[in-house]
Amino acid sequence: MTTAAPEPVIQFEDVCLSFGGECVLDGIAFEVRRGDTLVIQGAAASGKTLILKLSLGLLRPTRGRIRLFGEDVTDYTDSQWNDVRARIGVLFQEGGLFDSLTVEENVAYPLLNQKRAPLSEEEVRRRVQESLDFVELGHTLEKYPSELSGGMRRRVGIARAIVTQPELLLYDSPTAGLDPITATTIMALIVKGRDVHHATTVMVTHRHQDGEILDRYRYDAATGRLVPAEPGTTRTRYMVLREGRIVFLGTPAEFDACEDPYVRKFSSR
Amino acid sequence: MLDILKRPVYTFQEFVLLSISALRGVFRKPAYWGDTVIQMDLIGVGSLPVVSLTGFFSGAVMALQMARALQTYGATSQVGKIVAITMVREMGPVLTALMVAGRNSSGMASELGSMKVTEQIDAMRALGTDPVLKLVKPRLIATATVLPLLTILADFLGLVGGWIVACVLLQLTPGAQYWDTAWRAIEYNDIAQGLIKPFCFAIVLSLVGCYYGLQTTGGTQGVGRSTTQAVVVASVWVVILTFIIGRIFTKL
Repeated sequence: MTTAAPEPVIQFEDVCLSFGGECVLDGIAFEVRRGDTLVIQGAAASGKTLILKLSLGLLRPTRGRIRLFGEDVTDYTDSQWNDVRARIGVLFQEGGLFDSLTVEENVAYPLLNQKRAPLSEEEVRRRVQESLDFVELGHTLEKYPSELSGGMRRRVGIARAIVTQPELLLYDSPTAGLDPITATTIMALIVKGRDVHHATTVMVTHRHQDGEILDRYRYDAATGRLVPAEPGTTRTRYMVLREGRIVFLGTPAEFDACEDPYVRKFSSR
Repeated sequence: MLDILKRPVYTFQEFVLLSISALRGVFRKPAYWGDTVIQMDLIGVGSLPVVSLTGFFSGAVMALQMARALQTYGATSQVGKIVAITMVREMGPVLTALMVAGRNSSGMASELGSMKVTEQIDAMRALGTDPVLKLVKPRLIATATVLPLLTILADFLGLVGGWIVACVLLQLTPGAQYWDTAWRAIEYNDIAQGLIKPFCFAIVLSLVGCYYGLQTTGGTQGVGRSTTQAVVVASVWVVILTFIIGRIFTKL
Protein backbone atom coordinates (compact mmCIF):
# COMPACT_ATOMS: atom_id res chain seq x y z
CA MET A 1 0.00 0.00 0.00
CA THR A 2 1.38 3.41 -0.87
CA THR A 3 0.58 6.52 1.12
CA ALA A 4 -0.47 9.58 -0.85
CA ALA A 5 2.25 12.24 -1.19
CA PRO A 6 1.71 15.24 1.12
CA GLU A 7 0.20 18.30 -0.49
CA PRO A 8 2.52 21.00 -1.84
CA VAL A 9 3.15 23.98 0.42
CA ILE A 10 5.10 26.06 -2.10
CA GLN A 11 4.72 25.79 -5.87
CA PHE A 12 6.55 28.02 -8.33
CA GLU A 13 5.49 27.72 -11.97
CA ASP A 14 7.83 29.28 -14.51
CA VAL A 15 8.42 32.31 -12.29
CA CYS A 16 10.41 35.21 -13.71
CA LEU A 17 11.42 38.40 -11.97
CA SER A 18 12.85 41.48 -13.66
CA PHE A 19 14.12 44.78 -12.32
CA GLY A 20 14.19 47.61 -14.83
CA GLY A 21 14.14 45.21 -17.76
CA GLU A 22 16.95 43.09 -16.32
CA CYS A 23 15.95 39.50 -15.65
CA VAL A 24 17.14 38.39 -12.21
CA LEU A 25 15.14 35.17 -11.95
CA ASP A 26 14.13 33.14 -14.95
CA GLY A 27 11.97 30.05 -15.38
CA ILE A 28 11.95 29.12 -11.70
CA ALA A 29 9.78 26.04 -11.22
CA PHE A 30 9.76 23.82 -8.15
CA GLU A 31 7.53 22.61 -5.41
CA VAL A 32 8.03 21.89 -1.73
CA ARG A 33 5.63 19.44 -0.11
CA ARG A 34 4.47 19.52 3.48
CA GLY A 35 7.25 18.33 5.76
CA ASP A 36 9.94 18.64 3.08
CA THR A 37 13.21 20.48 3.55
CA LEU A 38 14.68 22.48 0.68
CA VAL A 39 18.23 23.82 0.78
CA ILE A 40 18.89 26.58 -1.74
CA GLN A 41 22.50 27.24 -2.71
CA GLY A 42 24.20 29.39 -5.28
CA ALA A 43 26.78 32.10 -5.78
CA ALA A 44 26.21 35.61 -4.47
CA ALA A 45 23.51 37.51 -6.42
CA SER A 46 22.22 34.32 -8.02
CA GLY A 47 18.70 35.05 -6.76
CA LYS A 48 18.46 32.85 -3.66
CA THR A 49 17.03 35.52 -1.36
CA LEU A 50 14.64 36.65 -4.10
CA ILE A 51 12.96 33.24 -4.04
CA LEU A 52 12.29 33.69 -0.32
CA LYS A 53 11.03 37.24 -0.87
CA LEU A 54 8.69 36.00 -3.61
CA SER A 55 7.44 33.29 -1.24
CA LEU A 56 6.59 36.00 1.29
CA GLY A 57 4.92 38.33 -1.18
CA LEU A 58 7.58 41.00 -0.59
CA LEU A 59 8.17 40.96 -4.35
CA ARG A 60 5.75 40.26 -7.15
CA PRO A 61 6.81 38.00 -10.04
CA THR A 62 7.01 39.55 -13.49
CA ARG A 63 5.71 36.27 -15.00
CA GLY A 64 4.57 32.88 -13.78
CA ARG A 65 2.41 31.71 -10.90
CA ILE A 66 3.13 31.13 -7.22
CA ARG A 67 0.95 28.89 -5.05
CA LEU A 68 1.23 28.71 -1.29
CA PHE A 69 -0.73 26.20 0.79
CA GLY A 70 -2.67 25.39 -2.38
CA GLU A 71 -3.80 29.00 -2.97
CA ASP A 72 -2.71 30.98 -6.00
CA VAL A 73 -1.17 34.03 -4.32
CA THR A 74 0.38 35.62 -7.41
CA ASP A 75 -2.08 38.50 -7.60
CA TYR A 76 -2.84 38.82 -3.90
CA THR A 77 -3.07 42.28 -2.36
CA ASP A 78 -1.01 43.09 0.72
CA SER A 79 -3.95 42.53 3.06
CA GLN A 80 -4.69 39.13 1.45
CA TRP A 81 -0.99 38.30 1.81
CA ASN A 82 -1.12 39.04 5.54
CA ASP A 83 -3.37 36.02 6.08
CA VAL A 84 -0.89 33.82 4.20
CA ARG A 85 2.12 35.35 5.97
CA ALA A 86 0.57 34.48 9.34
CA ARG A 87 1.26 30.84 8.41
CA ILE A 88 4.93 31.48 7.57
CA GLY A 89 7.88 32.08 9.88
CA VAL A 90 10.94 33.82 8.51
CA LEU A 91 14.48 34.52 9.64
CA PHE A 92 16.19 37.28 7.68
CA GLN A 93 19.89 37.26 6.96
CA GLU A 94 20.76 39.81 9.63
CA GLY A 95 17.93 38.66 11.88
CA GLY A 96 15.68 41.57 10.84
CA LEU A 97 14.99 42.38 14.50
CA PHE A 98 13.42 45.74 15.34
CA ASP A 99 16.22 47.55 17.13
CA SER A 100 13.86 49.95 18.92
CA LEU A 101 12.03 47.04 20.58
CA THR A 102 13.25 44.73 23.34
CA VAL A 103 13.82 41.03 22.71
CA GLU A 104 10.48 40.27 24.36
CA GLU A 105 8.63 42.82 22.22
CA ASN A 106 10.35 41.52 19.09
CA VAL A 107 9.31 37.93 19.73
CA ALA A 108 5.80 39.01 20.77
CA TYR A 109 5.39 41.09 17.59
CA PRO A 110 3.98 38.33 15.32
CA LEU A 111 1.54 37.27 18.05
CA LEU A 112 0.29 40.81 18.66
CA ASN A 113 -0.06 41.62 14.96
CA GLN A 114 -1.81 38.51 13.79
CA LYS A 115 -5.39 38.92 12.66
CA ARG A 116 -6.47 35.60 14.04
CA ALA A 117 -8.08 35.35 17.48
CA PRO A 118 -6.21 37.81 19.71
CA LEU A 119 -4.29 36.21 22.55
CA SER A 120 -4.44 37.33 26.16
CA GLU A 121 -1.44 39.19 27.56
CA GLU A 122 -0.52 36.20 29.73
CA GLU A 123 -0.74 33.81 26.78
CA VAL A 124 1.52 36.09 24.70
CA ARG A 125 4.01 36.29 27.56
CA ARG A 126 3.94 32.52 28.03
CA ARG A 127 4.52 31.80 24.35
CA VAL A 128 7.29 34.39 24.09
CA GLN A 129 9.03 32.85 27.11
CA GLU A 130 8.56 29.35 25.68
CA SER A 131 9.95 30.43 22.31
CA LEU A 132 12.96 32.14 23.87
CA ASP A 133 13.59 29.14 26.12
CA PHE A 134 13.54 27.03 22.94
CA VAL A 135 16.56 28.98 21.66
CA GLU A 136 18.05 29.08 25.19
CA LEU A 137 17.72 32.84 25.52
CA GLY A 138 14.95 32.97 28.11
CA HIS A 139 17.00 35.38 30.23
CA THR A 140 17.28 38.14 27.61
CA LEU A 141 13.66 39.40 27.63
CA GLU A 142 14.47 42.98 28.61
CA LYS A 143 17.55 43.39 26.42
CA TYR A 144 17.68 45.29 23.14
CA PRO A 145 19.04 43.58 20.00
CA SER A 146 22.06 45.92 20.00
CA GLU A 147 23.11 44.45 23.36
CA LEU A 148 23.28 40.92 21.93
CA SER A 149 26.00 39.18 19.92
CA GLY A 150 25.43 38.27 16.25
CA GLY A 151 24.67 34.64 17.12
CA MET A 152 22.24 35.62 19.86
CA ARG A 153 20.43 38.00 17.52
CA ARG A 154 20.05 35.16 15.02
CA ARG A 155 18.65 32.96 17.81
CA VAL A 156 16.13 35.65 18.79
CA GLY A 157 15.24 35.80 15.08
CA ILE A 158 14.56 32.05 15.16
CA ALA A 159 12.47 32.47 18.33
CA ARG A 160 10.41 35.15 16.55
CA ALA A 161 10.05 32.95 13.45
CA ILE A 162 8.72 29.95 15.39
CA VAL A 163 6.63 31.74 18.03
CA THR A 164 3.43 31.40 15.98
CA GLN A 165 4.27 27.74 15.25
CA PRO A 166 4.06 28.33 11.50
CA GLU A 167 3.57 25.58 8.95
CA LEU A 168 6.37 26.93 6.76
CA LEU A 169 9.73 28.25 7.91
CA LEU A 170 12.03 30.29 5.67
CA TYR A 171 15.63 30.91 6.63
CA ASP A 172 17.85 33.35 4.75
CA SER A 173 21.54 32.53 5.28
CA PRO A 174 21.07 31.79 8.99
CA THR A 175 24.76 31.05 9.53
CA ALA A 176 26.30 33.84 7.42
CA GLY A 177 29.05 35.71 9.24
CA LEU A 178 29.03 33.43 12.29
CA ASP A 179 31.89 31.38 13.70
CA PRO A 180 31.63 27.60 13.07
CA ILE A 181 30.58 26.75 16.65
CA THR A 182 27.78 29.34 16.73
CA ALA A 183 26.76 28.32 13.19
CA THR A 184 26.38 24.70 14.33
CA THR A 185 24.27 25.86 17.31
CA ILE A 186 22.02 27.82 14.97
CA MET A 187 21.68 24.83 12.61
CA ALA A 188 20.82 22.58 15.57
CA LEU A 189 18.03 25.02 16.49
CA ILE A 190 16.75 25.01 12.91
CA VAL A 191 16.63 21.20 12.88
CA LYS A 192 14.90 21.32 16.28
CA GLY A 193 12.40 23.90 14.99
CA ARG A 194 11.69 21.71 11.97
CA ASP A 195 11.29 18.43 13.85
CA VAL A 196 9.44 19.64 16.96
CA HIS A 197 6.78 21.53 15.02
CA HIS A 198 6.94 19.34 11.86
CA ALA A 199 7.37 22.49 9.79
CA THR A 200 8.21 22.61 6.11
CA THR A 201 11.61 24.28 5.87
CA VAL A 202 13.29 26.27 3.12
CA MET A 203 16.80 27.46 3.80
CA VAL A 204 19.15 29.61 1.75
CA THR A 205 22.78 29.03 2.65
CA HIS A 206 26.36 29.40 1.46
CA ARG A 207 27.73 26.53 3.54
CA HIS A 208 27.36 22.94 2.38
CA GLN A 209 27.62 21.82 6.03
CA ASP A 210 24.29 23.51 6.79
CA GLY A 211 22.53 21.39 4.18
CA GLU A 212 24.23 18.27 5.47
CA ILE A 213 23.02 18.92 9.02
CA LEU A 214 19.44 19.36 7.79
CA ASP A 215 19.69 16.21 5.68
CA ARG A 216 21.52 13.87 8.02
CA TYR A 217 20.26 14.79 11.47
CA ARG A 218 16.98 14.93 13.29
CA TYR A 219 16.06 16.24 16.70
CA ASP A 220 15.46 13.60 19.32
CA ALA A 221 12.96 14.98 21.83
CA ALA A 222 13.80 12.28 24.40
CA THR A 223 17.47 13.21 24.70
CA GLY A 224 17.10 16.83 23.58
CA ARG A 225 19.94 16.38 21.09
CA LEU A 226 20.49 15.90 17.39
CA VAL A 227 20.86 12.29 16.34
CA PRO A 228 21.75 10.86 12.91
CA ALA A 229 18.65 10.41 10.75
CA GLU A 230 17.92 7.41 8.54
CA PRO A 231 18.84 8.33 4.94
CA GLY A 232 15.91 9.98 3.17
CA THR A 233 13.75 10.40 6.27
CA THR A 234 14.30 14.16 6.52
CA ARG A 235 13.05 14.51 2.91
CA THR A 236 15.74 17.05 2.15
CA ARG A 237 16.36 18.31 -1.36
CA TYR A 238 18.93 20.66 -2.78
CA MET A 239 18.45 23.47 -5.26
CA VAL A 240 21.39 25.26 -6.88
CA LEU A 241 20.90 28.60 -8.61
CA ARG A 242 23.14 30.22 -11.17
CA GLU A 243 22.44 33.73 -12.46
CA GLY A 244 18.75 33.47 -11.72
CA ARG A 245 18.20 29.96 -13.10
CA ILE A 246 17.88 26.61 -11.41
CA VAL A 247 20.83 24.48 -12.49
CA PHE A 248 20.20 21.64 -10.06
CA LEU A 249 17.22 20.38 -8.11
CA GLY A 250 17.30 16.95 -6.55
CA THR A 251 17.92 14.63 -3.65
CA PRO A 252 21.16 14.63 -1.59
CA ALA A 253 22.31 11.45 -3.42
CA GLU A 254 21.78 13.15 -6.81
CA PHE A 255 23.46 16.29 -5.47
CA ASP A 256 26.54 14.29 -4.42
CA ALA A 257 26.64 12.47 -7.74
CA CYS A 258 26.19 15.55 -9.92
CA GLU A 259 29.12 16.07 -12.25
CA ASP A 260 28.35 19.67 -13.16
CA PRO A 261 31.45 21.70 -12.14
CA TYR A 262 29.33 24.61 -10.84
CA VAL A 263 27.14 22.31 -8.71
CA ARG A 264 30.21 20.46 -7.44
CA LYS A 265 31.45 23.72 -5.92
CA PHE A 266 28.50 23.59 -3.55
CA SER A 267 28.38 19.86 -2.92
CA SER A 268 32.08 20.19 -2.14
CA ARG A 269 32.95 16.61 -2.96
CA MET B 1 17.04 62.99 -23.34
CA LEU B 2 14.33 60.53 -22.31
CA ASP B 3 16.81 58.62 -20.18
CA ILE B 4 17.68 61.79 -18.26
CA LEU B 5 14.00 62.39 -17.51
CA LYS B 6 13.26 58.78 -16.63
CA ARG B 7 14.71 58.89 -13.12
CA PRO B 8 13.03 62.08 -11.83
CA VAL B 9 9.71 61.04 -13.38
CA TYR B 10 9.99 57.60 -11.76
CA THR B 11 10.90 59.18 -8.40
CA PHE B 12 7.94 61.55 -8.62
CA GLN B 13 5.61 58.71 -9.55
CA GLU B 14 6.77 56.60 -6.61
CA PHE B 15 6.45 59.60 -4.30
CA VAL B 16 2.90 60.24 -5.47
CA LEU B 17 2.00 56.56 -4.96
CA LEU B 18 3.38 56.63 -1.42
CA SER B 19 1.55 59.90 -0.73
CA ILE B 20 -1.76 58.46 -1.94
CA SER B 21 -1.41 55.32 0.12
CA ALA B 22 -0.32 57.33 3.21
CA LEU B 23 -3.18 59.82 2.89
CA ARG B 24 -5.65 56.98 2.41
CA GLY B 25 -4.01 55.23 5.36
CA VAL B 26 -4.99 58.13 7.63
CA PHE B 27 -8.56 56.84 7.47
CA ARG B 28 -7.64 53.16 7.75
CA LYS B 29 -7.14 50.98 10.80
CA PRO B 30 -5.07 50.24 12.82
CA ALA B 31 -4.56 53.77 14.10
CA TYR B 32 -1.21 53.38 15.92
CA TRP B 33 -2.03 56.30 18.26
CA GLY B 34 0.86 55.38 20.55
CA ASP B 35 3.36 55.79 17.70
CA THR B 36 1.67 59.07 16.68
CA VAL B 37 2.02 60.52 20.19
CA ILE B 38 5.68 59.48 20.32
CA GLN B 39 6.26 61.23 16.98
CA MET B 40 4.43 64.35 18.19
CA ASP B 41 6.75 64.42 21.17
CA LEU B 42 9.83 63.93 18.99
CA ILE B 43 8.84 66.48 16.36
CA GLY B 44 6.88 68.97 18.48
CA VAL B 45 8.52 69.03 21.88
CA GLY B 46 11.91 68.15 20.41
CA SER B 47 11.79 71.11 18.00
CA LEU B 48 10.70 73.67 20.62
CA PRO B 49 14.17 75.10 21.38
CA VAL B 50 15.27 75.48 17.76
CA VAL B 51 11.92 76.85 16.60
CA SER B 52 11.71 79.28 19.54
CA LEU B 53 15.19 80.65 18.91
CA THR B 54 14.63 80.92 15.17
CA GLY B 55 11.28 82.69 15.62
CA PHE B 56 12.57 85.09 18.26
CA PHE B 57 15.69 86.14 16.37
CA SER B 58 14.02 86.41 12.98
CA GLY B 59 11.53 88.90 14.46
CA ALA B 60 14.35 90.73 16.21
CA VAL B 61 16.47 90.91 13.05
CA MET B 62 13.55 92.15 11.02
CA ALA B 63 12.85 94.99 13.45
CA LEU B 64 16.55 95.83 13.47
CA GLN B 65 16.85 95.96 9.69
CA MET B 66 13.56 97.75 9.18
CA ALA B 67 14.39 100.43 11.73
CA ARG B 68 16.71 102.38 9.42
CA ALA B 69 14.40 102.24 6.45
CA LEU B 70 11.40 103.30 8.50
CA GLN B 71 13.34 106.13 10.12
CA THR B 72 14.04 107.50 6.62
CA TYR B 73 10.30 107.88 6.05
CA GLY B 74 9.47 108.77 9.64
CA ALA B 75 7.33 105.67 9.88
CA THR B 76 8.92 103.96 12.86
CA SER B 77 5.52 103.54 14.45
CA GLN B 78 4.73 100.94 11.77
CA VAL B 79 7.46 98.52 12.81
CA GLY B 80 4.97 96.30 14.68
CA LYS B 81 2.81 96.04 11.55
CA ILE B 82 5.73 94.99 9.36
CA VAL B 83 7.04 92.43 11.81
CA ALA B 84 3.54 91.00 12.33
CA ILE B 85 2.64 90.64 8.65
CA THR B 86 6.01 89.24 7.64
CA MET B 87 6.18 86.81 10.54
CA VAL B 88 2.62 85.50 10.23
CA ARG B 89 2.54 85.27 6.44
CA GLU B 90 6.03 84.13 5.54
CA MET B 91 8.86 84.03 8.02
CA GLY B 92 7.10 82.04 10.73
CA PRO B 93 5.80 79.23 8.51
CA VAL B 94 8.86 79.02 6.25
CA LEU B 95 11.58 79.20 8.88
CA THR B 96 9.77 76.77 11.17
CA ALA B 97 9.27 74.36 8.27
CA LEU B 98 12.94 74.64 7.27
CA MET B 99 14.02 73.92 10.84
CA VAL B 100 11.70 70.92 11.04
CA ALA B 101 12.90 69.76 7.61
CA GLY B 102 16.49 69.88 8.81
CA ARG B 103 15.68 68.19 12.06
CA ASN B 104 12.87 65.76 11.34
CA SER B 105 12.74 65.00 7.60
CA SER B 106 16.38 63.99 7.94
CA GLY B 107 15.56 62.03 11.08
CA MET B 108 12.73 60.18 9.34
CA ALA B 109 14.87 59.40 6.30
CA SER B 110 17.75 58.08 8.38
CA GLU B 111 15.56 56.08 10.76
CA LEU B 112 13.46 54.47 8.03
CA GLY B 113 16.56 54.12 5.83
CA SER B 114 18.41 52.22 8.57
CA MET B 115 15.36 50.00 9.03
CA LYS B 116 15.27 49.38 5.28
CA VAL B 117 18.93 48.37 4.94
CA THR B 118 18.76 46.10 8.00
CA GLU B 119 15.68 44.32 6.56
CA GLN B 120 13.41 45.58 9.35
CA ILE B 121 10.93 46.93 6.81
CA ASP B 122 10.81 43.55 5.06
CA ALA B 123 10.46 41.85 8.45
CA MET B 124 7.61 44.18 9.31
CA ARG B 125 5.77 43.30 6.10
CA ALA B 126 6.51 39.61 6.55
CA LEU B 127 5.04 39.80 10.06
CA GLY B 128 1.80 41.22 8.71
CA THR B 129 2.26 44.96 9.32
CA ASP B 130 1.88 47.57 6.61
CA PRO B 131 4.93 49.89 6.93
CA VAL B 132 2.92 52.78 5.47
CA LEU B 133 0.37 52.51 8.29
CA LYS B 134 2.87 51.72 11.01
CA LEU B 135 5.68 54.13 10.07
CA VAL B 136 4.51 56.77 7.59
CA LYS B 137 1.02 57.50 8.92
CA PRO B 138 2.05 58.38 12.51
CA ARG B 139 4.79 60.68 11.20
CA LEU B 140 2.40 62.34 8.76
CA ILE B 141 -0.33 62.93 11.36
CA ALA B 142 2.16 64.07 14.00
CA THR B 143 3.90 66.57 11.69
CA ALA B 144 0.60 67.93 10.33
CA THR B 145 -0.60 68.47 13.90
CA VAL B 146 2.47 70.00 15.48
CA LEU B 147 3.91 72.12 12.66
CA PRO B 148 1.04 74.67 12.69
CA LEU B 149 1.36 74.83 16.49
CA LEU B 150 5.11 75.37 16.27
CA THR B 151 4.50 78.07 13.67
CA ILE B 152 2.10 79.91 15.98
CA LEU B 153 4.77 79.82 18.67
CA ALA B 154 7.45 81.06 16.25
CA ASP B 155 5.14 83.88 15.07
CA PHE B 156 4.50 85.01 18.64
CA LEU B 157 8.16 84.82 19.67
CA GLY B 158 9.09 86.71 16.49
CA LEU B 159 6.76 89.52 17.56
CA VAL B 160 8.31 89.46 21.02
CA GLY B 161 11.78 89.62 19.44
CA GLY B 162 10.68 92.56 17.29
CA TRP B 163 9.19 94.30 20.33
CA ILE B 164 12.41 93.94 22.34
CA VAL B 165 14.49 95.44 19.52
CA ALA B 166 12.02 98.15 18.50
CA CYS B 167 10.76 99.25 21.89
CA VAL B 168 13.39 98.27 24.44
CA LEU B 169 16.66 98.38 22.52
CA LEU B 170 16.13 101.11 19.89
CA GLN B 171 13.11 102.80 21.47
CA LEU B 172 11.59 103.48 18.06
CA THR B 173 8.02 103.31 19.25
CA PRO B 174 6.13 102.80 22.53
CA GLY B 175 5.33 99.19 23.39
CA ALA B 176 1.57 99.76 23.40
CA GLN B 177 1.71 101.20 19.89
CA TYR B 178 3.89 98.32 18.67
CA TRP B 179 1.40 95.70 19.84
CA ASP B 180 -1.58 97.76 18.67
CA THR B 181 -0.26 98.17 15.11
CA ALA B 182 0.81 94.53 15.05
CA TRP B 183 -2.61 93.34 16.18
CA ARG B 184 -4.49 95.57 13.74
CA ALA B 185 -2.26 94.60 10.81
CA ILE B 186 -3.14 90.93 10.88
CA GLU B 187 -6.24 89.99 8.91
CA TYR B 188 -8.09 86.70 8.70
CA ASN B 189 -6.50 86.15 5.32
CA ASP B 190 -3.03 86.34 6.92
CA ILE B 191 -3.96 83.94 9.68
CA ALA B 192 -5.48 81.48 7.20
CA GLN B 193 -2.40 81.70 5.02
CA GLY B 194 -0.13 81.41 8.05
CA LEU B 195 -1.83 78.19 9.17
CA ILE B 196 -2.53 76.54 5.82
CA LYS B 197 1.12 76.89 4.84
CA PRO B 198 2.56 74.92 7.77
CA PHE B 199 -0.15 72.29 7.32
CA CYS B 200 0.83 71.79 3.66
CA PHE B 201 4.54 71.96 4.48
CA ALA B 202 4.03 69.32 7.16
CA ILE B 203 2.49 66.88 4.70
CA VAL B 204 5.35 67.38 2.24
CA LEU B 205 8.11 67.32 4.90
CA SER B 206 6.96 64.08 6.46
CA LEU B 207 6.21 62.32 3.19
CA VAL B 208 9.54 63.36 1.64
CA GLY B 209 11.43 62.18 4.74
CA CYS B 210 9.58 58.85 4.78
CA TYR B 211 9.84 58.38 1.01
CA TYR B 212 13.61 58.76 0.91
CA GLY B 213 13.92 56.54 3.97
CA LEU B 214 11.86 53.75 2.41
CA GLN B 215 13.71 54.02 -0.90
CA THR B 216 17.13 53.60 0.72
CA THR B 217 19.50 51.09 -0.83
CA GLY B 218 23.22 50.56 -0.47
CA GLY B 219 23.93 50.14 3.23
CA THR B 220 25.04 52.90 5.57
CA GLN B 221 26.28 55.02 2.68
CA GLY B 222 22.78 54.83 1.23
CA VAL B 223 21.29 56.01 4.53
CA GLY B 224 23.53 59.11 4.42
CA ARG B 225 22.52 59.77 0.82
CA SER B 226 18.81 59.44 1.62
CA THR B 227 19.11 61.78 4.58
CA THR B 228 20.79 64.49 2.51
CA GLN B 229 18.30 64.11 -0.32
CA ALA B 230 15.36 64.30 2.08
CA VAL B 231 16.53 67.59 3.60
CA VAL B 232 17.36 69.17 0.25
CA VAL B 233 14.12 68.10 -1.46
CA ALA B 234 11.94 68.99 1.55
CA SER B 235 13.54 72.44 1.87
CA VAL B 236 13.18 73.19 -1.83
CA TRP B 237 9.53 72.13 -1.73
CA VAL B 238 8.91 74.44 1.23
CA VAL B 239 10.10 77.52 -0.69
CA ILE B 240 8.23 76.48 -3.84
CA LEU B 241 5.02 75.82 -1.91
CA THR B 242 5.20 79.08 0.01
CA PHE B 243 5.27 80.91 -3.31
CA ILE B 244 2.37 78.91 -4.74
CA ILE B 245 0.20 79.27 -1.62
CA GLY B 246 1.16 82.95 -1.30
CA ARG B 247 0.16 83.49 -4.93
CA ILE B 248 -3.21 81.80 -4.39
CA PHE B 249 -3.91 83.97 -1.36
CA THR B 250 -2.96 87.24 -3.07
CA LYS B 251 -5.59 86.42 -5.71
CA LEU B 252 -8.29 85.85 -3.10
